[in-house]
Amino acid sequence: MPMAERPPAVTDTLDVDAVRADVPILGRRIHDRRLVFLDSAASSQRPTAVLDAMDDYYRTTHANVHRAAYTLAEEATNALEGARGDVANFIGAADPAEIIFTKNATEAINLVARSWGAANLRHGDAVLLSQLEHHANIVPWQQLAAELGFEIRWIPLTEDATLDLGDIEQLLDGVKLLSITAMSNVVGTITPVRRLADLAHQAGALVCVDACQFVPHLPTDVSALGADFLAFSGHKMLGPTGIGVLWARRDLLDEMPPFLGGGGMILDVSLDGFVPAELPHKFEAGTPPIAEAVGLGAAVRYLSELGMAAVRSHEVELTRYAMSTLTERFGDKLTIHGPADAGVRGGVMSFAFGDLHPHDLSQVLDQHGVCIRPGHHCAKPLMRVLGVGATARASWYVYNDESDIDALGDALAEAGDFFTF
Amino acid sequence: MSGLEDLYREIILDHYRSPRNRGELPSPPAHRVEGFNPLCGDEIVVYVEVDDAAKGDAAVVSDIRIGGQGCSISQSSASMMSAAVKGHTVGEIRDLTRSFKSMMSIHEEGLEGGEVDDPGEADALELGDLEALRGVVKFPVRIKCATLSWNTLAQGLDEAAAATT
Ligand SMILES: Cc1ncc(COP(=O)(O)O)c(C=O)c1O
Repeated sequence: MPMAERPPAVTDTLDVDAVRADVPILGRRIHDRRLVFLDSAASSQRPTAVLDAMDDYYRTTHANVHRAAYTLAEEATNALEGARGDVANFIGAADPAEIIFTKNATEAINLVARSWGAANLRHGDAVLLSQLEHHANIVPWQQLAAELGFEIRWIPLTEDATLDLGDIEQLLDGVKLLSITAMSNVVGTITPVRRLADLAHQAGALVCVDACQFVPHLPTDVSALGADFLAFSGHKMLGPTGIGVLWARRDLLDEMPPFLGGGGMILDVSLDGFVPAELPHKFEAGTPPIAEAVGLGAAVRYLSELGMAAVRSHEVELTRYAMSTLTERFGDKLTIHGPADAGVRGGVMSFAFGDLHPHDLSQVLDQHGVCIRPGHHCAKPLMRVLGVGATARASWYVYNDESDIDALGDALAEAGDFFTF
Repeated sequence: MSGLEDLYREIILDHYRSPRNRGELPSPPAHRVEGFNPLCGDEIVVYVEVDDAAKGDAAVVSDIRIGGQGCSISQSSASMMSAAVKGHTVGEIRDLTRSFKSMMSIHEEGLEGGEVDDPGEADALELGDLEALRGVVKFPVRIKCATLSWNTLAQGLDEAAAATT
Protein backbone atom coordinates (compact mmCIF):
# COMPACT_ATOMS: atom_id res chain seq x y z
CA MET A 1 0.00 0.00 0.00
CA PRO A 2 2.26 2.79 -1.19
CA MET A 3 -0.26 5.55 -0.44
CA ALA A 4 -1.09 4.46 3.10
CA GLU A 5 -0.29 7.06 5.69
CA ARG A 6 0.59 5.62 9.06
CA PRO A 7 -0.96 7.49 11.95
CA PRO A 8 1.52 8.93 14.48
CA ALA A 9 3.63 6.55 16.54
CA VAL A 10 2.12 5.72 19.86
CA THR A 11 3.65 5.35 23.28
CA ASP A 12 1.48 6.38 26.20
CA THR A 13 -0.95 4.06 27.91
CA LEU A 14 -4.50 4.53 28.99
CA ASP A 15 -5.92 3.61 32.40
CA VAL A 16 -9.10 2.00 31.10
CA ASP A 17 -10.33 0.97 34.54
CA ALA A 18 -10.22 4.58 35.66
CA VAL A 19 -12.08 5.69 32.54
CA ARG A 20 -14.72 3.00 33.04
CA ALA A 21 -15.24 4.19 36.59
CA ASP A 22 -15.87 7.69 35.22
CA VAL A 23 -18.69 6.61 32.88
CA PRO A 24 -21.83 5.93 34.92
CA ILE A 25 -23.90 4.25 32.21
CA LEU A 26 -21.42 1.38 32.10
CA GLY A 27 -22.80 0.31 35.48
CA ARG A 28 -26.15 -0.55 33.89
CA ARG A 29 -27.29 -4.10 33.45
CA ILE A 30 -29.12 -5.23 30.30
CA HIS A 31 -31.12 -8.47 30.40
CA ASP A 32 -29.37 -9.11 33.70
CA ARG A 33 -25.93 -8.92 32.12
CA ARG A 34 -23.16 -6.36 32.32
CA LEU A 35 -23.59 -3.71 29.61
CA VAL A 36 -20.98 -4.30 26.90
CA PHE A 37 -21.19 -1.16 24.82
CA LEU A 38 -19.61 -1.65 21.40
CA ASP A 39 -21.41 1.05 19.41
CA SER A 40 -19.37 4.19 20.04
CA ALA A 41 -18.94 4.80 16.32
CA ALA A 42 -22.64 5.65 16.28
CA SER A 43 -22.52 7.64 19.51
CA SER A 44 -20.26 7.41 22.54
CA GLN A 45 -21.17 7.40 26.22
CA ARG A 46 -20.02 10.22 28.49
CA PRO A 47 -18.04 10.60 31.71
CA THR A 48 -19.30 12.30 34.84
CA ALA A 49 -17.07 15.28 34.10
CA VAL A 50 -19.17 16.06 31.02
CA LEU A 51 -22.51 15.38 32.70
CA ASP A 52 -21.56 17.51 35.70
CA ALA A 53 -20.31 20.38 33.59
CA MET A 54 -23.65 20.61 31.80
CA ASP A 55 -25.70 20.10 34.92
CA ASP A 56 -23.67 22.68 36.80
CA TYR A 57 -24.04 25.14 33.95
CA TYR A 58 -27.83 24.83 34.03
CA ARG A 59 -27.98 24.94 37.84
CA THR A 60 -25.71 27.91 38.36
CA THR A 61 -25.05 29.89 35.23
CA HIS A 62 -27.59 29.72 32.44
CA ALA A 63 -28.79 32.83 30.64
CA ASN A 64 -28.87 33.65 26.96
CA VAL A 65 -25.47 34.64 25.67
CA HIS A 66 -24.17 37.95 24.28
CA ARG A 67 -25.67 41.40 24.43
CA ALA A 68 -26.64 41.50 28.08
CA ALA A 69 -24.97 43.40 30.88
CA TYR A 70 -25.87 41.20 33.80
CA THR A 71 -23.53 38.77 35.50
CA LEU A 72 -25.24 35.50 34.55
CA ALA A 73 -25.32 36.39 30.87
CA GLU A 74 -21.69 37.36 30.98
CA GLU A 75 -20.77 34.07 32.67
CA ALA A 76 -22.80 32.10 30.14
CA THR A 77 -21.06 33.93 27.32
CA ASN A 78 -17.71 33.16 28.89
CA ALA A 79 -18.67 29.50 29.22
CA LEU A 80 -19.62 29.32 25.54
CA GLU A 81 -16.52 31.14 24.35
CA GLY A 82 -14.32 29.20 26.75
CA ALA A 83 -15.58 25.97 25.20
CA ARG A 84 -14.85 27.37 21.76
CA GLY A 85 -11.28 27.98 22.86
CA ASP A 86 -10.96 24.46 24.26
CA VAL A 87 -12.21 22.95 21.01
CA ALA A 88 -9.85 25.17 18.98
CA ASN A 89 -6.92 23.97 21.09
CA PHE A 90 -8.00 20.37 20.74
CA ILE A 91 -7.75 20.42 16.94
CA GLY A 92 -4.87 22.88 16.61
CA ALA A 93 -6.95 25.71 15.17
CA ALA A 94 -5.09 29.02 14.96
CA ASP A 95 -8.05 31.10 16.09
CA PRO A 96 -11.18 30.24 18.13
CA ALA A 97 -13.21 32.33 15.67
CA GLU A 98 -12.60 29.52 13.16
CA ILE A 99 -14.72 27.19 15.30
CA ILE A 100 -18.37 27.31 14.23
CA PHE A 101 -20.79 25.46 16.50
CA THR A 102 -23.43 23.57 14.54
CA LYS A 103 -26.03 20.94 15.44
CA ASN A 104 -23.78 18.06 14.31
CA ALA A 105 -21.30 17.06 11.62
CA THR A 106 -24.12 16.70 9.13
CA GLU A 107 -25.09 20.33 9.56
CA ALA A 108 -21.44 21.36 9.36
CA ILE A 109 -21.05 19.69 5.95
CA ASN A 110 -24.36 21.16 4.79
CA LEU A 111 -23.03 24.55 5.84
CA VAL A 112 -20.00 24.11 3.60
CA ALA A 113 -22.21 22.99 0.72
CA ARG A 114 -24.84 25.68 1.09
CA SER A 115 -22.50 28.56 1.83
CA TRP A 116 -19.14 27.92 0.17
CA GLY A 117 -20.53 25.48 -2.40
CA ALA A 118 -23.44 27.59 -3.59
CA ALA A 119 -21.16 30.62 -3.92
CA ASN A 120 -18.31 28.84 -5.70
CA LEU A 121 -19.59 25.86 -7.66
CA ARG A 122 -21.28 26.01 -11.00
CA HIS A 123 -22.07 23.98 -14.10
CA GLY A 124 -18.90 22.41 -15.47
CA ASP A 125 -17.16 22.19 -12.08
CA ALA A 126 -16.53 18.95 -10.24
CA VAL A 127 -16.58 17.80 -6.62
CA LEU A 128 -14.59 14.70 -5.70
CA LEU A 129 -15.82 12.28 -3.02
CA SER A 130 -14.88 8.70 -2.18
CA GLN A 131 -16.90 5.52 -2.09
CA LEU A 132 -16.19 5.26 1.65
CA GLU A 133 -18.34 8.25 2.52
CA HIS A 134 -21.13 8.49 5.05
CA HIS A 135 -24.39 9.80 3.54
CA ALA A 136 -23.70 13.06 5.42
CA ASN A 137 -20.85 13.67 3.00
CA ILE A 138 -22.76 12.51 -0.07
CA VAL A 139 -26.32 13.76 -0.02
CA PRO A 140 -25.59 17.50 0.57
CA TRP A 141 -23.41 17.44 -2.55
CA GLN A 142 -26.02 15.54 -4.56
CA GLN A 143 -28.68 18.05 -3.51
CA LEU A 144 -26.49 20.96 -4.52
CA ALA A 145 -25.40 19.29 -7.76
CA ALA A 146 -29.04 18.83 -8.71
CA GLU A 147 -29.47 22.59 -8.41
CA LEU A 148 -26.19 23.82 -9.84
CA GLY A 149 -25.34 21.11 -12.33
CA PHE A 150 -21.78 20.35 -11.28
CA GLU A 151 -20.32 16.86 -11.58
CA ILE A 152 -19.67 14.49 -8.65
CA ARG A 153 -16.74 12.11 -9.02
CA TRP A 154 -15.81 9.17 -6.85
CA ILE A 155 -12.48 7.82 -5.67
CA PRO A 156 -12.88 4.04 -6.03
CA LEU A 157 -11.85 1.47 -3.45
CA THR A 158 -9.49 -1.49 -3.46
CA GLU A 159 -10.45 -4.99 -2.31
CA ASP A 160 -9.69 -4.19 1.33
CA ALA A 161 -11.77 -0.98 1.30
CA THR A 162 -8.87 1.46 1.16
CA LEU A 163 -8.82 4.26 -1.38
CA ASP A 164 -7.62 3.27 -4.85
CA LEU A 165 -5.51 6.28 -5.77
CA GLY A 166 -4.26 4.89 -9.08
CA ASP A 167 -6.11 7.54 -11.10
CA ILE A 168 -6.15 10.28 -8.51
CA GLU A 169 -4.49 12.86 -10.71
CA GLN A 170 -7.03 12.47 -13.53
CA LEU A 171 -9.83 12.41 -10.98
CA LEU A 172 -8.64 15.69 -9.50
CA ASP A 173 -8.39 17.41 -12.87
CA GLY A 174 -10.91 20.25 -12.88
CA VAL A 175 -12.06 19.57 -9.31
CA LYS A 176 -12.98 22.55 -7.11
CA LEU A 177 -13.46 20.62 -3.88
CA LEU A 178 -12.31 17.29 -2.50
CA SER A 179 -14.60 16.24 0.35
CA ILE A 180 -13.40 13.13 2.07
CA THR A 181 -13.72 11.11 5.23
CA ALA A 182 -10.62 10.88 7.43
CA MET A 183 -11.80 7.56 8.77
CA SER A 184 -14.57 5.26 7.59
CA ASN A 185 -17.37 4.72 10.10
CA VAL A 186 -18.00 1.29 8.59
CA VAL A 187 -14.67 -0.40 7.91
CA GLY A 188 -12.36 1.84 9.92
CA THR A 189 -10.09 2.73 7.01
CA ILE A 190 -7.96 5.76 7.83
CA THR A 191 -7.44 7.73 4.63
CA PRO A 192 -4.21 9.53 3.68
CA VAL A 193 -5.73 12.99 4.16
CA ARG A 194 -2.44 14.93 4.13
CA ARG A 195 -1.29 13.35 0.92
CA LEU A 196 -4.67 13.85 -0.74
CA ALA A 197 -4.83 17.44 0.47
CA ASP A 198 -1.46 18.18 -1.09
CA LEU A 199 -2.55 16.66 -4.40
CA ALA A 200 -5.87 18.49 -4.29
CA HIS A 201 -4.22 21.80 -3.54
CA GLN A 202 -1.79 21.30 -6.42
CA ALA A 203 -4.81 20.73 -8.64
CA GLY A 204 -6.36 23.97 -7.38
CA ALA A 205 -9.04 22.34 -5.24
CA LEU A 206 -10.01 22.96 -1.62
CA VAL A 207 -10.28 20.11 0.87
CA CYS A 208 -13.19 19.38 3.20
CA VAL A 209 -12.56 16.63 5.76
CA ASP A 210 -15.34 14.62 7.38
CA ALA A 211 -13.50 14.04 10.64
CA CYS A 212 -16.48 12.68 12.53
CA GLN A 213 -14.64 9.40 13.24
CA PHE A 214 -11.17 10.91 13.36
CA VAL A 215 -11.25 13.75 15.89
CA PRO A 216 -12.66 11.52 18.68
CA HIS A 217 -9.95 8.89 18.20
CA LEU A 218 -6.67 10.34 16.89
CA PRO A 219 -4.56 13.39 17.65
CA THR A 220 -5.85 16.07 15.28
CA ASP A 221 -4.08 19.12 13.94
CA VAL A 222 -6.00 20.85 11.18
CA SER A 223 -2.94 22.46 9.62
CA ALA A 224 -0.95 19.22 9.69
CA LEU A 225 -3.86 17.50 7.96
CA GLY A 226 -3.89 20.17 5.27
CA ALA A 227 -7.63 20.66 5.58
CA ASP A 228 -9.53 23.77 4.50
CA PHE A 229 -12.77 22.65 6.14
CA LEU A 230 -13.21 20.03 8.86
CA ALA A 231 -16.44 18.71 10.37
CA PHE A 232 -17.17 16.59 13.44
CA SER A 233 -19.86 15.83 16.04
CA GLY A 234 -19.71 16.21 19.82
CA HIS A 235 -21.70 13.09 20.66
CA LYS A 236 -19.10 10.72 19.23
CA MET A 237 -16.34 12.10 21.47
CA LEU A 238 -17.78 11.87 25.00
CA GLY A 239 -19.75 15.09 24.48
CA PRO A 240 -23.49 15.68 24.28
CA THR A 241 -25.81 15.34 21.30
CA GLY A 242 -26.99 18.53 19.64
CA ILE A 243 -23.58 20.05 19.00
CA GLY A 244 -21.13 19.70 16.16
CA VAL A 245 -18.27 21.70 14.82
CA LEU A 246 -17.23 23.17 11.53
CA TRP A 247 -13.67 24.40 11.50
CA ALA A 248 -12.55 26.32 8.42
CA ARG A 249 -9.67 28.59 7.50
CA ARG A 250 -10.48 32.12 8.57
CA ASP A 251 -9.96 33.66 5.13
CA LEU A 252 -12.50 31.22 3.67
CA LEU A 253 -15.05 31.90 6.39
CA ASP A 254 -14.60 35.64 5.90
CA GLU A 255 -15.48 35.31 2.21
CA MET A 256 -18.40 32.92 2.66
CA PRO A 257 -21.99 34.14 2.85
CA PRO A 258 -23.96 33.25 6.03
CA PHE A 259 -25.73 29.90 6.09
CA LEU A 260 -28.84 30.28 8.28
CA GLY A 261 -30.29 33.73 8.92
CA GLY A 262 -31.76 35.18 12.09
CA GLY A 263 -30.76 36.62 15.42
CA GLY A 264 -27.18 36.47 16.61
CA MET A 265 -25.65 36.38 13.13
CA ILE A 266 -26.08 40.06 12.26
CA LEU A 267 -24.27 43.31 12.90
CA ASP A 268 -27.17 45.39 11.66
CA VAL A 269 -30.61 44.89 10.17
CA SER A 270 -32.72 47.50 8.43
CA LEU A 271 -35.80 47.34 6.24
CA ASP A 272 -33.47 47.17 3.26
CA GLY A 273 -31.29 44.31 4.38
CA PHE A 274 -28.69 43.12 6.88
CA VAL A 275 -24.99 43.24 7.61
CA PRO A 276 -23.62 39.92 8.89
CA ALA A 277 -21.84 39.71 12.24
CA GLU A 278 -18.16 38.99 12.75
CA LEU A 279 -16.87 35.45 12.89
CA PRO A 280 -17.82 33.05 14.30
CA HIS A 281 -21.27 34.53 15.00
CA LYS A 282 -21.95 35.11 11.32
CA PHE A 283 -22.53 31.35 11.04
CA GLU A 284 -24.38 30.84 14.32
CA ALA A 285 -27.92 32.08 13.80
CA GLY A 286 -30.26 31.88 16.78
CA THR A 287 -29.53 30.88 20.36
CA PRO A 288 -26.55 28.54 20.23
CA PRO A 289 -26.33 25.16 22.03
CA ILE A 290 -24.71 26.71 25.10
CA ALA A 291 -24.94 23.83 27.58
CA GLU A 292 -23.89 21.46 24.82
CA ALA A 293 -20.84 23.60 24.10
CA VAL A 294 -20.00 23.50 27.80
CA GLY A 295 -20.31 19.71 27.68
CA LEU A 296 -18.16 19.47 24.58
CA GLY A 297 -15.55 21.70 26.23
CA ALA A 298 -15.46 19.32 29.20
CA ALA A 299 -15.21 16.35 26.82
CA VAL A 300 -12.17 17.68 24.96
CA ARG A 301 -10.49 18.57 28.24
CA TYR A 302 -11.15 15.03 29.46
CA LEU A 303 -9.74 13.55 26.25
CA SER A 304 -6.72 15.87 26.40
CA GLU A 305 -6.00 14.67 29.92
CA LEU A 306 -6.09 11.08 28.73
CA GLY A 307 -3.84 12.13 25.88
CA MET A 308 -4.97 11.51 22.31
CA ALA A 309 -1.81 9.53 21.54
CA ALA A 310 -2.73 7.19 24.38
CA VAL A 311 -6.31 6.97 23.11
CA ARG A 312 -5.06 6.03 19.66
CA SER A 313 -2.59 3.46 20.94
CA HIS A 314 -5.27 1.87 23.14
CA GLU A 315 -7.64 1.55 20.19
CA VAL A 316 -4.99 0.06 17.91
CA GLU A 317 -4.21 -2.53 20.57
CA LEU A 318 -7.85 -3.37 21.07
CA THR A 319 -8.42 -3.62 17.30
CA ARG A 320 -5.46 -5.96 17.00
CA TYR A 321 -6.75 -8.02 19.91
CA ALA A 322 -10.25 -8.22 18.44
CA MET A 323 -9.12 -9.13 14.93
CA SER A 324 -6.71 -11.81 16.08
CA THR A 325 -8.69 -13.44 18.90
CA LEU A 326 -11.99 -13.49 17.04
CA THR A 327 -10.39 -14.80 13.85
CA GLU A 328 -8.65 -17.49 15.85
CA ARG A 329 -11.88 -18.45 17.54
CA PHE A 330 -14.22 -18.46 14.56
CA GLY A 331 -11.98 -19.01 11.53
CA ASP A 332 -13.78 -18.83 8.21
CA LYS A 333 -17.11 -18.21 9.89
CA LEU A 334 -16.00 -14.65 10.56
CA THR A 335 -15.35 -12.23 7.70
CA ILE A 336 -13.87 -8.91 8.75
CA HIS A 337 -14.32 -6.15 6.16
CA GLY A 338 -11.64 -3.56 5.51
CA PRO A 339 -7.85 -3.43 5.93
CA ALA A 340 -6.17 -6.42 7.60
CA ASP A 341 -3.61 -4.23 9.41
CA ALA A 342 -5.00 -2.85 12.68
CA GLY A 343 -2.40 -0.07 12.49
CA VAL A 344 -4.15 1.59 9.54
CA ARG A 345 -7.67 1.29 10.92
CA GLY A 346 -9.70 2.95 13.60
CA GLY A 347 -11.55 1.09 16.33
CA VAL A 348 -14.40 0.00 14.10
CA MET A 349 -14.94 -3.55 12.90
CA SER A 350 -17.62 -4.45 10.38
CA PHE A 351 -18.05 -8.14 9.92
CA ALA A 352 -20.17 -10.99 8.66
CA PHE A 353 -20.74 -14.04 10.84
CA GLY A 354 -21.58 -17.13 8.82
CA ASP A 355 -24.72 -16.41 6.88
CA LEU A 356 -26.41 -14.91 9.91
CA HIS A 357 -28.11 -11.67 9.06
CA PRO A 358 -26.65 -8.72 11.05
CA HIS A 359 -30.10 -7.84 12.33
CA ASP A 360 -30.61 -11.30 13.80
CA LEU A 361 -27.08 -11.31 15.15
CA SER A 362 -27.46 -8.04 17.00
CA GLN A 363 -30.79 -9.20 18.42
CA VAL A 364 -29.15 -12.27 19.92
CA LEU A 365 -26.15 -10.26 21.15
CA ASP A 366 -28.51 -7.86 22.90
CA GLN A 367 -29.68 -10.74 25.06
CA HIS A 368 -26.08 -10.90 26.30
CA GLY A 369 -25.94 -7.19 27.00
CA VAL A 370 -23.66 -6.72 23.98
CA CYS A 371 -24.54 -3.65 21.88
CA ILE A 372 -23.40 -3.77 18.28
CA ARG A 373 -25.06 -2.13 15.29
CA PRO A 374 -26.52 -3.90 12.25
CA GLY A 375 -27.35 -2.15 9.01
CA HIS A 376 -25.88 -0.05 6.23
CA HIS A 377 -24.41 2.52 8.64
CA CYS A 378 -25.48 5.40 6.39
CA ALA A 379 -23.01 4.31 3.75
CA LYS A 380 -25.06 2.54 1.08
CA PRO A 381 -22.57 3.14 -1.75
CA LEU A 382 -19.90 1.42 0.37
CA MET A 383 -22.29 -1.49 1.08
CA ARG A 384 -22.60 -1.98 -2.67
CA VAL A 385 -18.81 -2.05 -3.05
CA LEU A 386 -18.57 -4.61 -0.24
CA GLY A 387 -21.33 -6.57 -1.99
CA VAL A 388 -23.53 -6.78 1.11
CA GLY A 389 -26.87 -5.28 2.11
CA ALA A 390 -25.79 -4.76 5.68
CA THR A 391 -22.96 -5.50 8.08
CA ALA A 392 -22.70 -6.06 11.80
CA ARG A 393 -20.44 -3.41 13.30
CA ALA A 394 -18.65 -3.39 16.64
CA SER A 395 -16.72 -0.28 17.65
CA TRP A 396 -14.69 0.59 20.74
CA TYR A 397 -13.47 3.61 22.57
CA VAL A 398 -11.60 4.74 25.68
CA TYR A 399 -13.81 2.77 28.08
CA ASN A 400 -13.65 -0.58 26.31
CA ASP A 401 -11.12 -3.28 27.08
CA GLU A 402 -10.27 -6.88 26.22
CA SER A 403 -13.09 -8.18 28.41
CA ASP A 404 -15.60 -6.45 26.12
CA ILE A 405 -14.09 -8.14 23.08
CA ASP A 406 -14.18 -11.47 24.90
CA ALA A 407 -17.84 -10.86 25.74
CA LEU A 408 -18.50 -10.18 22.06
CA GLY A 409 -16.79 -13.46 21.20
CA ASP A 410 -18.83 -15.41 23.77
CA ALA A 411 -22.06 -13.87 22.52
CA LEU A 412 -21.13 -14.64 18.90
CA ALA A 413 -20.48 -18.26 19.85
CA GLU A 414 -23.90 -18.48 21.46
CA ALA A 415 -25.54 -16.83 18.46
CA GLY A 416 -23.88 -19.44 16.24
CA ASP A 417 -25.25 -22.19 18.50
CA PHE A 418 -28.69 -20.63 18.58
CA PHE A 419 -29.00 -20.57 14.83
CA THR A 420 -26.99 -23.81 14.59
CA PHE A 421 -24.84 -23.45 11.55
CA MET B 1 -32.79 -16.57 26.41
CA SER B 2 -36.53 -17.09 26.80
CA GLY B 3 -37.38 -13.85 24.98
CA LEU B 4 -35.40 -14.99 21.97
CA GLU B 5 -37.24 -18.28 21.69
CA ASP B 6 -40.48 -16.32 21.45
CA LEU B 7 -39.05 -14.39 18.54
CA TYR B 8 -37.27 -17.17 16.72
CA ARG B 9 -39.82 -19.99 16.75
CA GLU B 10 -38.74 -23.19 15.04
CA ILE B 11 -41.15 -22.71 12.16
CA ILE B 12 -39.70 -19.24 11.50
CA LEU B 13 -36.18 -20.64 11.34
CA ASP B 14 -37.45 -23.40 9.06
CA HIS B 15 -38.89 -20.88 6.59
CA TYR B 16 -35.69 -18.83 6.86
CA ARG B 17 -33.48 -21.83 6.07
CA SER B 18 -35.75 -23.22 3.34
CA PRO B 19 -37.75 -20.32 1.96
CA ARG B 20 -40.82 -21.25 -0.09
CA ASN B 21 -41.57 -19.72 -3.49
CA ARG B 22 -38.12 -18.18 -3.73
CA GLY B 23 -37.20 -16.85 -7.20
CA GLU B 24 -38.59 -14.74 -10.00
CA LEU B 25 -41.52 -14.73 -12.42
CA PRO B 26 -41.46 -13.24 -15.90
CA SER B 27 -42.73 -9.68 -15.68
CA PRO B 28 -45.08 -9.06 -17.40
CA PRO B 29 -47.38 -10.88 -16.97
CA ALA B 30 -46.36 -10.89 -13.27
CA HIS B 31 -46.11 -7.61 -11.37
CA ARG B 32 -42.71 -6.97 -9.87
CA VAL B 33 -42.58 -4.75 -6.77
CA GLU B 34 -39.61 -3.82 -4.59
CA GLY B 35 -39.82 -3.05 -0.91
CA PHE B 36 -37.10 -1.49 1.27
CA ASN B 37 -36.54 -1.40 4.98
CA PRO B 38 -34.44 1.75 5.29
CA LEU B 39 -33.61 0.84 8.89
CA CYS B 40 -31.55 -2.23 8.12
CA GLY B 41 -31.07 -2.11 4.38
CA ASP B 42 -33.25 -5.13 3.68
CA GLU B 43 -34.65 -5.30 0.18
CA ILE B 44 -37.44 -7.57 -0.93
CA VAL B 45 -38.82 -8.21 -4.40
CA VAL B 46 -42.30 -9.64 -4.78
CA TYR B 47 -43.44 -11.08 -8.12
CA VAL B 48 -47.18 -11.57 -8.14
CA GLU B 49 -49.31 -12.95 -10.94
CA VAL B 50 -52.99 -12.03 -10.78
CA ASP B 51 -55.40 -13.85 -13.08
CA ASP B 52 -58.21 -11.69 -14.46
CA ALA B 53 -57.19 -8.72 -12.37
CA ALA B 54 -60.19 -6.86 -13.75
CA LYS B 55 -62.37 -9.00 -11.47
CA GLY B 56 -61.06 -6.94 -8.56
CA ASP B 57 -61.31 -8.69 -5.21
CA ALA B 58 -62.52 -11.86 -6.93
CA ALA B 59 -59.36 -12.14 -9.06
CA VAL B 60 -57.01 -14.96 -8.08
CA VAL B 61 -53.30 -14.79 -7.27
CA SER B 62 -52.16 -17.75 -9.33
CA ASP B 63 -48.46 -17.47 -8.57
CA ILE B 64 -46.01 -15.60 -6.40
CA ARG B 65 -42.22 -15.49 -6.00
CA ILE B 66 -39.98 -13.75 -3.52
CA GLY B 67 -36.53 -12.31 -4.19
CA GLY B 68 -34.14 -10.01 -2.34
CA GLN B 69 -32.32 -10.34 0.96
CA GLY B 70 -33.10 -9.77 4.56
CA CYS B 71 -33.08 -10.99 8.12
CA SER B 72 -34.76 -14.16 9.34
CA ILE B 73 -37.90 -12.30 10.33
CA SER B 74 -38.44 -10.53 7.01
CA GLN B 75 -37.47 -13.60 4.99
CA SER B 76 -39.60 -16.05 6.92
CA SER B 77 -42.56 -13.69 6.95
CA ALA B 78 -42.26 -13.38 3.16
CA SER B 79 -41.96 -17.13 2.76
CA MET B 80 -45.00 -17.88 4.94
CA MET B 81 -46.94 -15.14 3.21
CA SER B 82 -46.20 -16.58 -0.21
CA ALA B 83 -47.40 -20.02 0.88
CA ALA B 84 -50.52 -18.57 2.50
CA VAL B 85 -51.70 -16.41 -0.38
CA LYS B 86 -51.01 -18.58 -3.42
CA GLY B 87 -54.26 -19.64 -5.11
CA HIS B 88 -56.39 -17.26 -3.08
CA THR B 89 -58.46 -14.31 -4.22
CA VAL B 90 -57.30 -10.74 -3.90
CA GLY B 91 -60.13 -10.09 -1.45
CA GLU B 92 -59.07 -12.98 0.79
CA ILE B 93 -55.48 -11.82 0.65
CA ARG B 94 -56.41 -8.30 1.65
CA ASP B 95 -58.32 -9.70 4.64
CA LEU B 96 -55.39 -11.87 5.60
CA THR B 97 -53.06 -8.89 5.30
CA ARG B 98 -55.30 -6.92 7.62
CA SER B 99 -55.34 -9.76 10.15
CA PHE B 100 -51.60 -10.13 9.98
CA LYS B 101 -51.02 -6.45 10.45
CA SER B 102 -53.39 -6.24 13.36
CA MET B 103 -51.47 -9.08 14.97
CA MET B 104 -48.30 -7.08 14.46
CA SER B 105 -49.69 -3.76 15.60
CA ILE B 106 -50.95 -4.66 19.03
CA HIS B 107 -48.58 -2.08 20.47
CA GLU B 108 -48.53 0.15 17.43
CA GLU B 109 -51.20 2.51 16.23
CA GLY B 110 -51.80 3.95 12.83
CA LEU B 111 -50.53 1.19 10.57
CA GLU B 112 -52.25 1.93 7.31
CA GLY B 113 -55.09 -0.38 6.32
CA GLY B 114 -58.13 1.00 8.09
CA GLU B 115 -59.37 0.06 11.51
CA VAL B 116 -57.44 -2.46 13.47
CA ASP B 117 -59.31 -5.73 13.80
CA ASP B 118 -59.63 -7.50 17.07
CA PRO B 119 -57.02 -10.26 16.86
CA GLY B 120 -59.47 -12.92 18.01
CA GLU B 121 -59.78 -16.65 17.47
CA ALA B 122 -61.19 -16.41 13.96
CA ASP B 123 -58.09 -14.61 12.78
CA ALA B 124 -55.88 -17.14 14.52
CA LEU B 125 -57.39 -19.90 12.36
CA GLU B 126 -56.83 -18.05 9.18
CA LEU B 127 -53.28 -17.00 9.99
CA GLY B 128 -52.12 -20.57 10.54
CA ASP B 129 -48.32 -20.81 10.52
CA LEU B 130 -48.12 -17.04 10.48
CA GLU B 131 -49.18 -17.14 14.13
CA ALA B 132 -45.57 -18.03 14.85
CA LEU B 133 -44.66 -14.43 14.12
CA ARG B 134 -46.79 -13.17 17.00
CA GLY B 135 -43.69 -13.01 19.21
CA VAL B 136 -42.32 -10.22 17.02
CA VAL B 137 -44.56 -7.64 18.70
CA LYS B 138 -42.41 -7.97 21.81
CA PHE B 139 -39.50 -6.64 19.74
CA PRO B 140 -40.96 -3.46 18.26
CA VAL B 141 -38.00 -2.65 16.01
CA ARG B 142 -38.57 -5.96 14.23
CA ILE B 143 -42.22 -5.29 13.33
CA LYS B 144 -41.11 -3.50 10.18
CA CYS B 145 -39.12 -6.58 9.19
CA ALA B 146 -42.21 -8.76 9.53
CA THR B 147 -44.52 -6.43 7.61
CA LEU B 148 -42.13 -5.54 4.77
CA SER B 149 -43.26 -8.31 2.41
CA TRP B 150 -46.93 -7.71 3.19
CA ASN B 151 -46.72 -4.02 2.36
CA THR B 152 -44.85 -4.88 -0.80
CA LEU B 153 -47.46 -7.45 -1.83
CA ALA B 154 -50.27 -4.98 -1.12
CA GLN B 155 -48.57 -2.53 -3.43
CA GLY B 156 -48.28 -5.22 -6.10
CA LEU B 157 -52.00 -6.04 -5.83
CA ASP B 158 -52.86 -2.34 -6.10
CA GLU B 159 -50.69 -2.02 -9.17
CA ALA B 160 -52.22 -5.10 -10.75
CA ALA B 161 -55.72 -3.70 -10.16
CA ALA B 162 -54.74 -0.26 -11.44
CA ALA B 163 -53.23 -1.73 -14.61
CA THR B 164 -56.65 -3.02 -15.71
CA THR B 165 -58.52 0.28 -15.51
C1 LIG C 1 -18.03 9.44 9.05
C2 LIG C 1 -19.27 10.12 9.54
N1 LIG C 1 -19.65 11.28 8.98
C3 LIG C 1 -20.74 11.93 9.37
C4 LIG C 1 -21.55 11.44 10.36
C5 LIG C 1 -22.77 12.20 10.74
O1 LIG C 1 -22.73 12.57 12.08
P1 LIG C 1 -24.01 13.24 12.73
O2 LIG C 1 -25.12 12.26 12.57
O3 LIG C 1 -23.62 13.44 14.16
O4 LIG C 1 -24.26 14.50 12.01
C6 LIG C 1 -21.21 10.25 10.97
C7 LIG C 1 -22.07 9.68 12.03
O5 LIG C 1 -22.58 8.58 11.96
C8 LIG C 1 -20.04 9.57 10.55
O6 LIG C 1 -19.68 8.42 11.11
